[in-house]
Amino acid sequence: MAGKEAKPLKRTPLHGLHLSLGAKMVEFAGYEMPVQYPDGVLKEHLHTRQKAGLFDVSHMGQAFLTTTRATLGSDEAHGDVASAIESLVPGEIRKLKKGGMRYSVLLSEKGGVLDDLMITRPALDGEQGMLFIVVNAAMKDADFALMQSKLGERTKLEIADDRSLLALQGPSAAGVIDAILPGAGAQTFMTMRKYNWNGAVLFASRCGYTGEDGFEISVPDDHVEAFAKKLLAHPDVAPIGLGARDSLRLEAGLCLYGHDLNKEISPVEGAIDFVIGKRRREEGGFPGASRILKELAEGPAKLRVGIKPEGRAPAREGVEIQSADGKRIGEITSGGFGPTVGGPIAMGYVEKAYAATGTSLQLMVRGKALPASVVELPFVPHTYYRG
Amino acid sequence: MTVKYTKEHEWVRVEGGVAVIGITEHAAGALGDIVFVELPEAGKAFKQNGEMAVVESVKAASDVYAPVTGEVVEANGSIVDDPASVNADPEGAAWFVKMKLANPSELDAMMDKAAYDAFVETL
Repeated sequence: MAGKEAKPLKRTPLHGLHLSLGAKMVEFAGYEMPVQYPDGVLKEHLHTRQKAGLFDVSHMGQAFLTTTRATLGSDEAHGDVASAIESLVPGEIRKLKKGGMRYSVLLSEKGGVLDDLMITRPALDGEQGMLFIVVNAAMKDADFALMQSKLGERTKLEIADDRSLLALQGPSAAGVIDAILPGAGAQTFMTMRKYNWNGAVLFASRCGYTGEDGFEISVPDDHVEAFAKKLLAHPDVAPIGLGARDSLRLEAGLCLYGHDLNKEISPVEGAIDFVIGKRRREEGGFPGASRILKELAEGPAKLRVGIKPEGRAPAREGVEIQSADGKRIGEITSGGFGPTVGGPIAMGYVEKAYAATGTSLQLMVRGKALPASVVELPFVPHTYYRG
Repeated sequence: MTVKYTKEHEWVRVEGGVAVIGITEHAAGALGDIVFVELPEAGKAFKQNGEMAVVESVKAASDVYAPVTGEVVEANGSIVDDPASVNADPEGAAWFVKMKLANPSELDAMMDKAAYDAFVETL
């Protein structure tokens, strides 16, 4: 295209392993990533729900944010770095427990979501005052630039571009991980712990993007291939591509940034208002607070909902949503076929009056109005381990 | 019996003035697991290269084009009921439609099996 330079695609340290496993590689967020392996999306999806799937998510951005105002290792230091990040996100970070993590969002001054991210407070006493942050691949440069410009000298941002990220998801994940990192199986949902493995420091977080129990493991680049091979050596573990990652997260009702969330959409509209902490609702003090607090009080104009088409035809991103009487009320933001559901599923935004579960809708697919209805999310129940 | 192929990865097999039409093994493999098929009803007429059917995999929707001009005389309802059969036997039992050929000479410009296989090699 004119005026657009073709940049060479980046690769993760597992590129060679993906090729040796027969992956079909595609461009994603500037990276060459596996979209599927020879088993294909459907089998990979079902395997993850039945056993365990291994995902390379090393394209995501990892960083450490550290206070410069207090000595590391004190509650005061945690309070300071937490207060700093709380100027960008609406979450309760100050009261996060040691070793605990939160899903949160970076907000624009207008209250739109600039990205969604994970923020983790280290477990170790000596590391208090530092936060471990994981952001989306496509947004990482912008996110890190925003943190640096808004937080200035108050914090130091260290981008961990020497670390890879793996996700192991599914009912077998905990057993597989615990055999390699003893103790990890006892971690509860949304906690992180450090482990030593073959001389490398790994961070294992009990979280994921499939709705299944599982882990995301941050591994130094020079150890990640050996660690991935160790996981794949278990008979329950199969490599899973981005295709199944997308169908799994859709069934789990989880947002994909740039599709279900963007800089115009508020967390209230996105039906992720759980990211706004109780104290933050009382105090405000986050970007876009006036809009967001107003939407919390009065309800947003539109809302993200789960949508179940009645027939078999998938309704994909961009499909117009109409009321039962044919009025345009919104658009599908993620849609496709749910292998575990065994039929089409979607998420999209509708005007608030049409957001109640059970509301009849029409989806305009290839010029035809297909009947659908608003349903509760997720489509497949979450199986997080809460101890 | 002659089978002809298009660059859009459809195949056409003429049986007594009626063209049986489907998608190739290569197309089915590239699409991946097919989860939905939409076919035209009998009686519907298409021009060559007109959008005739839709196949959807978990990943994406794809149009299937009419490789010849003509009128649909029969649609294969069994692939609508069992879309996965298109992956299993795309050039056999999982045909899409039968069409009455309006212009049999359209077949002349299409590839034979050897030419199509060579074309796929270049992709």
